[in-house]
Formats: sequence, C-alpha cells, structure tokens
Amino acid sequence: MTTMIGLFASLVDGLLVGSVYGLAAMGISLIWGVMDVINLTHGAMIVAGMFSLYLLVDTLGVPVYLTLPPIFIGGLIVGIALYWIAVHHMIGQPPLMSLLSTFAVNLVLIGLGTAKWGTVLFNVPVSLPGASIGRYTFPGTHIAAALLTAAIAFLLYLFLFHTRPGKAVRAVSGNREAAELVGIPTTRMLAFAFGLGVALACVSGMLIGTLFPFTVLSGDAYQLKSFVVTVLGGLGNPAGALIGGIAIGLFEGLTAPFIPVNWTLVFEFVLFVVVLIAFPGGLLSLRLPRRAG
Amino acid sequence: MKRFCVIALGVASGAILIASPAFAEDTITIGMTLSKTGSLNVDSVAEYKGSELWRDQVNKAGGIKIGNKHYMVKFVDYDDQSQGSRVQQLYTRLIVQDHAQFLFSPYSSGLTATAAVITEQYGKIMLDGGGAEGKIFELGNKYLFQCITAADHYLTGAIDALKEKTETASIAFVYSDDPFSKAVVAAARKQAAAAGFKEAMIESYPPSTTDFSPIINKIISSGADVFMGGGHYPDGATLARQLYDQRVKLKQTTILVAPDSPKFKSLGDASLDVTVPSQWEPAVTYKPDFGPTPKEFAKAYEDAFHTGVDYHAASGYIEGLLLQHAIEQAESIDAEKVAAQLNKMDVSTFFGKYKVATGAKDHGLQEAHQMVLAQWQKKNGELKLEMVWPDAAKTSDFVFAQR
Amino acid sequence: MLDAGTILRRPFFWIVAAIIAAFAITPSIGQNVELREDLLLAAVYITLASNLNLILGYAGYVNFGSIVFFGLGGYFTVYFVSVLRWNLVAASLVGGIAVSVLAFVFGLGILRLRGAYFALATIGVNEAVQAFVTNFGPWGGGTGIYLSTELFMPLGGPAKALWIIYYALVGIMGLSLYLSFFIKISKFGLGLLAISGNEDAAAILGVPTPRYKAMVYCISAFLPAIAGGLYFFKSAFIQPSDAFDLNLSTEAIVTAMLGGQGTVIGPALGAYLYEELRGWLLTSDTFANFQLVISGALLLVIVLFAPGGLMGWLYRQWPTLKKVLE
Repeated sequence: MTTMIGLFASLVDGLLVGSVYGLAAMGISLIWGVMDVINLTHGAMIVAGMFSLYLLVDTLGVPVYLTLPPIFIGGLIVGIALYWIAVHHMIGQPPLMSLLSTFAVNLVLIGLGTAKWGTVLFNVPVSLPGASIGRYTFPGTHIAAALLTAAIAFLLYLFLFHTRPGKAVRAVSGNREAAELVGIPTTRMLAFAFGLGVALACVSGMLIGTLFPFTVLSGDAYQLKSFVVTVLGGLGNPAGALIGGIAIGLFEGLTAPFIPVNWTLVFEFVLFVVVLIAFPGGLLSLRLPRRAG
Repeated sequence: MKRFCVIALGVASGAILIASPAFAEDTITIGMTLSKTGSLNVDSVAEYKGSELWRDQVNKAGGIKIGNKHYMVKFVDYDDQSQGSRVQQLYTRLIVQDHAQFLFSPYSSGLTATAAVITEQYGKIMLDGGGAEGKIFELGNKYLFQCITAADHYLTGAIDALKEKTETASIAFVYSDDPFSKAVVAAARKQAAAAGFKEAMIESYPPSTTDFSPIINKIISSGADVFMGGGHYPDGATLARQLYDQRVKLKQTTILVAPDSPKFKSLGDASLDVTVPSQWEPAVTYKPDFGPTPKEFAKAYEDAFHTGVDYHAASGYIEGLLLQHAIEQAESIDAEKVAAQLNKMDVSTFFGKYKVATGAKDHGLQEAHQMVLAQWQKKNGELKLEMVWPDAAKTSDFVFAQR
Repeated sequence: MLDAGTILRRPFFWIVAAIIAAFAITPSIGQNVELREDLLLAAVYITLASNLNLILGYAGYVNFGSIVFFGLGGYFTVYFVSVLRWNLVAASLVGGIAVSVLAFVFGLGILRLRGAYFALATIGVNEAVQAFVTNFGPWGGGTGIYLSTELFMPLGGPAKALWIIYYALVGIMGLSLYLSFFIKISKFGLGLLAISGNEDAAAILGVPTPRYKAMVYCISAFLPAIAGGLYFFKSAFIQPSDAFDLNLSTEAIVTAMLGGQGTVIGPALGAYLYEELRGWLLTSDTFANFQLVISGALLLVIVLFAPGGLMGWLYRQWPTLKKVLE
C-alpha cells in the first residue's frame, strides 16, 4: 500500500518534526552536561514558550516568527532566575535533589498555569506555503521550524566553541575547580548555562506552537519526549540531543506507515528504558569516547 | 425604646412566619458535572448552557407543576475537568451532600458510564444527553435514560448520503481511541461494508494527539477518497486543519462532533465542505408534542447567550424538557414513578423523537431519535452550517467533490 | 528483633490499631456515606504513600512511576472479575501477586541504576506500560473495561458492596502501615537505610544490596496493587489514563516527603492532610488544581531546607515523640 514516495514523505516529515524535538532536548542535555542537574521544569518552560507565542501574536499582533528572539531572551532571564531559586543550593549534591527541586517548581508553575488558563486548547494559526511531492505535502510550518532549529543549533555551536563566554561554559562543565582557578566566575556561568537551557526549551515550545495546538498540560508529553531523545543521544551531549531528536523523528516516520500510530509510543518508552539500562551514555557513546564524569 | 424594638421585632417575625407558607417554594434539585475545563470543555459547556436555558424558562413560567404545587428547578454543578476519577466523587457528593433528586449526565460516553455506576447504586434517575455509546446500556442499568441517538447510528446518515452520490468509494476510518468514537466506527464499518464500499484503512489514535501527519500520510497512501472519523472537539478540529494543510484529496470528509460547534468556523477554509453527523440542527422541521419548536428554541438560545446554537446545546435542553414532561405525567417526583414514565414515553419534540428500549440487555438505549448530516458551505462569501441529509430535512444540497 | 512481645510493647503498634479503628468506625456510625467516600480516598492515598516510602524513604530510591503497580493491580482484578468471573477476593489477591512478579521483572532491569537514572527509568516503565495497555485489546485498549452492576451482586448489591470494599481498603491501609513499621524495626529495614546512606559502603559491609533492593521493590508493589484492584472494582470502570495517572505518583512522592520520608507515620500523615486539602479544593472553581501549586511550593521548601518533612520538624521540637510516633 505504501509506495516509496509515501515512505520518503513519512521519513522527511519525521526528520522535520524530529529536529524540533531535538532542539527541545538540547536544553535538557546542556544543563545536564554543564552542572549535573536534571531540569524537570523543562515541560513548563516549553509550555511557557507556547503561551508566549500565543500571547505575543494574539494580543500584540507580533508576526509569528519574529516572536523567536524575545522568547529566547525571556527564557534566558527566567532560566537564570530559576537557577537562583531552585538549583543553586543543589549544585554538588546528588542529581536526585535538583530533580526534586525542579520538579517542585514545575508543579507550582503548571498549577498556576491551569488555574489561569484551565486546560483549554489554544491554537496559533500559521499558514505557509508547503512543498509537495506527488500527493504528499510537507506543511510550510514544518519546514520553517526545521530550518530555524538548524539555525539555532548552528548558532549554539558557534557560541560554545568560538566565543569566550561559550568556552567558559564548556570549561566549567569539564572541570569546575580548574575553571575557577583560571578565574572564570563559575557560579555566573552556571546560571547563564541554565538560562541558556531554559531559553532553548522556550524557543522549542514556540516552534512547536506553530505546528500543533497546545494546552497548559502539553509540556508533559514533550518533556517526556525530550528525555527519551536526550537519553538516546547521551545526557550532557547537546549535539547528541539534536541527532537523537532526528533519530526519533526518523524512527516515527519509518514505522508510521506500517504499524498503528498507537504502538510508536510503546516502542519509544521501551527503547528509553532499555537505553537507560544498557547504554547510560546514550547510543552515541557506543562509537565516541565516553565523556568523563 | 428597647422594649418597643423587641415587640416590633416579634410582631414582624410573626407576620413573616404567618405569611411565608404562601411564598414557600418546593424545589427540584438537579445535579450534574460538566467539563468546564479539560479537552471536552467546548462541547460540554454548550450542553450546559442548553440545560440552563430550559431551567430559566421553566422557572420563569412558575416552575414544574404537580397538582397544586409548583417546583422551582435548581441546578447544582461541578467541574469534572473531563476526568473520570473526579466524576464518581462528584456524583456521590451531588446525591449524598447536595441531595440532588435527579441527575444529568456528564459530557461524553466514558464519563457518563462512570457516573452511571453511582446513580444506579443510589437509584437516582439520570438523563443522558452527552453519552452516546451503547455499551453503557448493556450493564443492567435501570435509571439511565438516553435522550440522544446512540453511537451505532452516528454515521448511518453519512453512509447513506454517500450511497446516494456514488456506488463505489474507498473509506478511511481514522478515529480517536475513546469509547464513543470506537463504537461509532465499529458500527459504521459494518454499515459501509453492507453498502458495498471499500475500506481503505482503519486506525485509531490517542485522544490527545496533536500531530496527525503520520496518519494523514497513511490516508494519502491508502488511496482513500472518503474520510470518516475523528473524536471530540480538540482532535476533530486539529484533524480538519491538518487534512487541509496537507492537501489531502477527499470527496467527502465526515468528522464527528467537532464541526458542529460554531467555533469550528474559525478554521476558515479548512472547514469548507466538512460534514458532521448531527443530533440536531436549527433548520429541522420536527413538530413537537410539547415544548418549543426548533425555531423558537434556536432563537431563545441565541438571544440568551449571544452565540450560535449547536446540537450540544439542544441536547442539554432536551434533558430538562423530557424530565419535566415525565414528572408532569407521573404527577410525582418519586424516582420509580418518573422512571416508569420515561420508560413508556413515545413522543416528539423540537429535538426529534424519544423512545427508549426497555429490555434487560439495553434498557434506556434511545431507539427513535435520528441523526441528520450537516455540512459547512460558503453562501454569499460566508461560511454556514447547512443540513444536507436526509432529503426531507435539507436546507442545501450535499457538496460531494474533491477539495 | 521482631518478636510479638517487643512489638506489642511499642506504643506505635497501638496507635496504628487506633487509626484503623477510627477509619472503620466513624463512617459506620449513622452510615455516613459522604465521610466514607472521603476516608476511602484518604485510605488509598495513605496506602500509596506508605508503600512508596519503603523504597523512597528507607532505601532512598525515588520511584516516580509507583502508580504503575496500582494501575496494573486494577487491571488484573477487573479483568479477572469481569472476564474470568472470579470473586473479588481471589481476583485482587492474585492480581497483587501478579503485579509483584512483574515488579520483580522490571526491577531486575532498572534496579542497577542509581539516583536520577533510576527515577527516570521508573517514569519510562509507567509510560511504557500505559502505552502498552492502551493497545492491549483483551484489556479494552484505550476504552477500558466497564463492570456491569450484576458483578456487585455476590457482595450483596452495589450499596453493600461499597461498604465491604471500604473496610477492605482500610484493612489494606492498616497492613501497609504495619508492614512499614515491621520493616523499619527489622534487620531488613536497617539494611535498606544503610543502602540509602551510602550504597557502596553498605555493600562492602555485607548488606546484600541487590537482593534487598529487589525485595523492597517487589514488596512495595503488592499492597498498592490490591488497593488498585479494590478501587477500580468499586469504580466499575478502568481506563489507562486513570489507571496510570502520573499525577497520583507525584502526589504519593509529595505526600511522603511532606509528611516525613523514612518514618512510618510521616507519609500517612502527609497523605491524609493532602487528601483533605484536595477534597476541599475539589469543588472550588478557581482553585480546583491549587493543591498542586501548594504541594509544589511545600515540596520545594522541604527539599531545600527541611528534608525531614513534617515529622522531621516535629521530632526536633519534641524529641521524645520519636519513641511513640514512628
């Protein structure tokens, strides 16, 4: 029944959407890699991005894709604030403690969100001309989201590897004491890195908001997906997260034409658990040398 | 001065006490939960408003009359957040703490089933205007009465309308994995096969799905030219939009529930030509044995709430109207007597016919009410929901063409 | 050591008995159905929190997906009763055992993980099971299983059945508290606490850590599974989204930590107070979900400043309390 073109269309669409999942996961991965903290406010931050998109477009009439920069900056600020509230005390303690503290903050944020907006479905209508192959169409929004994701990933790479602050962040994640000895203000760098991770979450939320409708509770599902992706790519490896996202997207695209959509979730979570148990460094760690620490 | 006040107070209270019996009101308390929040909120709130309209009209006319007494209608309601776990707790509270004598169902089959467990345990009558699935009525319930067409017949009209247009068609059945949609499609498949149509594909999706592109790609691959399915408002609306965005070539797109809401119009071009099986449309020509005519109901609703009317609102109203009629016929609010009335009533209202099954295996299942098929069409540049089937009731011709 | 004499002499044994009696007797006076519904939910929450405490408070492993035992227990019981026509007692007991066996199997895989990895894995297990059950035809898939009213007849009809189930759940709650108590004062419990303190050191000192971890994970599954069976039988309807609701897991963690993890009465107290708060907020339109905000805020405070929870604070104020309220 499914032709080659059909399969190709499915794969390409999987790749497009998967890259956005990868972007979402990069936020978790960065924070985990730099400071050994698993950020469970991630879901709430994705939702924050979605709602910021909605509010900016609906109330202020900002053109959809122009909301990206302010949302990024907003995320950065909120992230830094979150760091000081919930995370700073937990640095150096077992990751479980920061897991719980960020989890607590997540409860508060989602609770406040549902109190304000209930669980009503919100939608930001975006129409862009898509691309077609035969009878299959790739919605323009999917293409735009993927392109923006690529751009952001590239910018992040440039930042981390070719700028002073970026290198400082990497230094802190490698060896905090050494970084301190060299005169890097580590605490500020940690706060900044956390802010960066949250900003990535918000922006991915914004992009997802251009693709699908959402509620205050949507963040949970994407947070879970982010974890699956992050674990696949290796906690602490942002590049791996992006690749993991694309891999999940391709996996979904590959299986969707052949098995009922309902089963993909089962596979993903089983894969998640298996990878956690068997390859804690992520699937990529099979080929590349394990990160120290 | 003080003594004067005390005496005056005493006289005043005495006067009030003597005078009050004349103003004493009996009330009938009706309990229900609705989905003020949660995914079912759009449809549920519309249904609630319909019930409210009925209550306000009845109270304005002096209440429900039994013999010499007038009973004002009072609602007690809670938000079930579209969640089954809250429903049981809340219905128990409605019966035990709020002393509700009658209940209206929550919105949707799943929630109605959960609520029915409680109302049956306490022997309280519940009018079901929001749960279409037939399975609920196979569980041995005695006090549950369905006012709307059962799920099995939801898509009968769509299939018959299709048969009038073509002998061959390839149908893609894609539906939400919830009790209602599953029951609808299960019955529809059989009816489609009996009508000689091909089944291009059949698949369900989790109700919370927002990304339909994998399934839509499958629909395209299957070569289907007709789509039937959906679920409730959120997924139905999203499906409609994404089917449009991915330019799927369909001659008929029938989506459950969602397109009937006035909100669906906001999808713009994506809503064009989408058909929906409807429990009721304003333009139906049923002649009521009692209660308002379709036009009167529609106008009253729009005047009261300043928003378009849909079949959910009508089903909310009909729950109250049928209960009122049963109470008046029984001349009592005793559950057994009212239930006996609801069992034997065979009537016609603005909403259509009402008659329930009374056998042990399907007690309470609605047998007489029928669906109509409505379609979004552009008239004078404006999107309007027109009735296109059955022929006797239609306001416009069924548009059957590639989008 | 665990001998009858020692146990009966500890005041806490009698305190638990008093709690069980209170739960059983107060709604029975005047057949107060409202109070019964309220206390029923409280009993369920207490059961979940207490059993979670075995692995969270004693062994120091955060099980984010503890609800999976409750849900699976519910499904097994409902399936046995409706399809195989077993009676409720047999169904729930076998369900409890089946879930413990499954817990053992899951445990084999995920108990090698530590700390945060373990926590994430438990979420994965819950989600995978939920996704699987949603597709599993014999268990009704996404639509779930309905129980017809006639299944309540062996218990004397729906009204009577609700009372019987209530007493049964109170019994399960009581067993959970006693289980928690006995483990705490046993060698097994000591081993668990050692694992929580420093697992590697414990292993070196001779605590059979893998075995203990597997045991506690299995044990923590048994009573919640039975509770789930009873609860969903009472509801006469089970579906995946209700059975595997991560929110309930969350609430179990929050209440256990709020009350004071690692103590016996702490999680029970936390669960009870939380359930009362939740019930109170249930009917308030604006604040219907506020119990999550409040508990989130409290959890944050506890994690940051007072990991001992309510009992930790109480113990500091009145140290003698430790001997009485365990």
